[in-house]
Amino acid sequence: MSDAAVTRAPRLAPRLTAWQWARQNLFGSVADSILTVVVAIVFGWLVWHALDWAVIRADWFGESKEACKSGGACWAVITARWRQVVAGYYPEGHLYRVALAMLFLAVAVFPVVKRDLPAWSALLAPVGVIAAIAILGGANILPSVPTDYWGGIMLNVLVGLTGAIFALPIGILLAFGRRSDLPIIKAFSIGFIEIIRGVPLITLLFMSSVVLPLFLPAGVNLDKLMRALAVVTLFSSAYMAEAVRGGLQSVPKGQREAAHALGLGLLQTTGLVVLPQAIRISIPAIVNTFIGLFKDTSLLYVIAILEVTGVIRQALSDFSWLGLENEGYVFVAFVFWVACFSMSRWSASLEKQTGKEAKPAREPA
Amino acid sequence: MTRAPAKKPAARKSAAAPQAAATPAPPARVRPALGPPCVEIEGVHKWYGDTHILRGVDLSIRDNEKVVILGPSGSGKSTLIRCVNALEPYQEGRIKVVGCDLKGPPKEATAARRKTGMVFQQFNLFPHLTILENCTLAPMWVLKKPRKAAEEEAMELLERVHIGEQARKYPAQLSGGQQQRAAIARSLAMNPEIMLFDEPTSALDPEMVGEVLEVMTEMAYEGMTMMVISHEMSFAREVADRVIFMDEGEIVEIAPPDQFFSNPKHERSREFLSRIL
Repeated sequence: MSDAAVTRAPRLAPRLTAWQWARQNLFGSVADSILTVVVAIVFGWLVWHALDWAVIRADWFGESKEACKSGGACWAVITARWRQVVAGYYPEGHLYRVALAMLFLAVAVFPVVKRDLPAWSALLAPVGVIAAIAILGGANILPSVPTDYWGGIMLNVLVGLTGAIFALPIGILLAFGRRSDLPIIKAFSIGFIEIIRGVPLITLLFMSSVVLPLFLPAGVNLDKLMRALAVVTLFSSAYMAEAVRGGLQSVPKGQREAAHALGLGLLQTTGLVVLPQAIRISIPAIVNTFIGLFKDTSLLYVIAILEVTGVIRQALSDFSWLGLENEGYVFVAFVFWVACFSMSRWSASLEKQTGKEAKPAREPA
Repeated sequence: MTRAPAKKPAARKSAAAPQAAATPAPPARVRPALGPPCVEIEGVHKWYGDTHILRGVDLSIRDNEKVVILGPSGSGKSTLIRCVNALEPYQEGRIKVVGCDLKGPPKEATAARRKTGMVFQQFNLFPHLTILENCTLAPMWVLKKPRKAAEEEAMELLERVHIGEQARKYPAQLSGGQQQRAAIARSLAMNPEIMLFDEPTSALDPEMVGEVLEVMTEMAYEGMTMMVISHEMSFAREVADRVIFMDEGEIVEIAPPDQFFSNPKHERSREFLSRIL
């Protein structure tokens, strides 16, 4: 046939035009075509009605539900109370402190989002969180604002981030503890993880808020929010530990051996070789825990901490806004969805970034 | 010229060696002369549970010497070199590396371990680090070298194993042969006195075996002491001073390669050779 010395020039793979793609995937057979049309109609109808209600015929501003006359969503219930929605009952003249606190939180997250920073930048995370709490509380420099006045979306973000930032290192320690050869450390880690995982968060929150003070001496008064923060952090650290343990288990033994053969000590092997790989492998599980943690912040409502769900519930029980549950809960759902979906996208991009290097080392066949 | 890849303290190198190290591939390859004992293994026994893996191994390897260890799987050859590198504990006997006892006081044991480098069948490169970072990690953290010096030395080593242009890539982006050569460079970066190879070409596609053996052969002529587990006969014939045949946890036969391959003394060696040739 062809001359062996002549190699064939490479060609581009054939590509489908949009029309060919639709023919193949949407209208391949009569049944396919019917299904496509029916689903398109139902989906279009749903989207149209949702848009019509939420955007096109919606009323955005007003003093009470009387202002909403057009029959669509009455977002006035949110906008009229935007201050509570964002920051609870934080005093009006001090809202700049909320803005600063959010800035500190952004700085705290920065080393996580932006990679390739020096290792010390990880310290920004706890420092940022503590600075945010300090500026909100006053820290004896600014006028004190008790945590009872904190609330709204700000509080969800604060609790979620604080929980995440402190739960990760605690979770890593617990994961190592669970794999430790030292029986006491191992037993403690397993006990802690299993007890925390076996009890609903709501129960733990009630315990922290109601039961704990019963056991404390009369004078000692731990702040309710700080107790809740501690509970949320410990709760997610147990889940974090399991997420990280999965990663630790998937680092091949050869990695440890190679590090050992190069003369690295136990701590260096763990910190430089094993942990970075384990964390990369467990990124999806860790982000999953973050997302769960953020959604769980809505449970603070049951111990009378006015995070965004609580604020909305309060608004809905106001006489001038009675009967606007749809708007209220759609809004809360939207807030949580935006936050969680961003985290999920962020996780996907992290995985993509580390994809080329994070391939696990080949295991012996 | 930046620093030469000073592999070993010159004092311990015998007079015949240094010229071979200076040029990568001298036209006529000269075997460096053997020096004093480098690894001394005396009466080493090892058990896994109740399984007797090493049954009294005695072996002395001299500086500059290259030995190739052969044997069926389960013969204990892998365990033996893992014991020399302190990856496995042994229950009885003594192993000394350049005079330092592996079971000596902690300082001496650490010193002994630092004198050995290990190349694994599965490469075991660190996948989250670039090739260059793989080679600088231990020099920077264990030998406390400044990053710049460590990187310069690592680049020289990577050039020496002919993958300098791959330095900024991650292991998963390299072929198996390139990965194994990177692993060799990573070990060399710690300036070991002796290099241990645990079936370095067994996990490679056939067309990549040659490039790794070539690098190992170059190392051999540059005067590195080597203990190699490999069934690559051509490599053993060209490079080995002695071939060591192990079976059932014992050294059965030690002989120069020509003699071992053409005229094995022991029945078990003959049987083994008839199966692999």
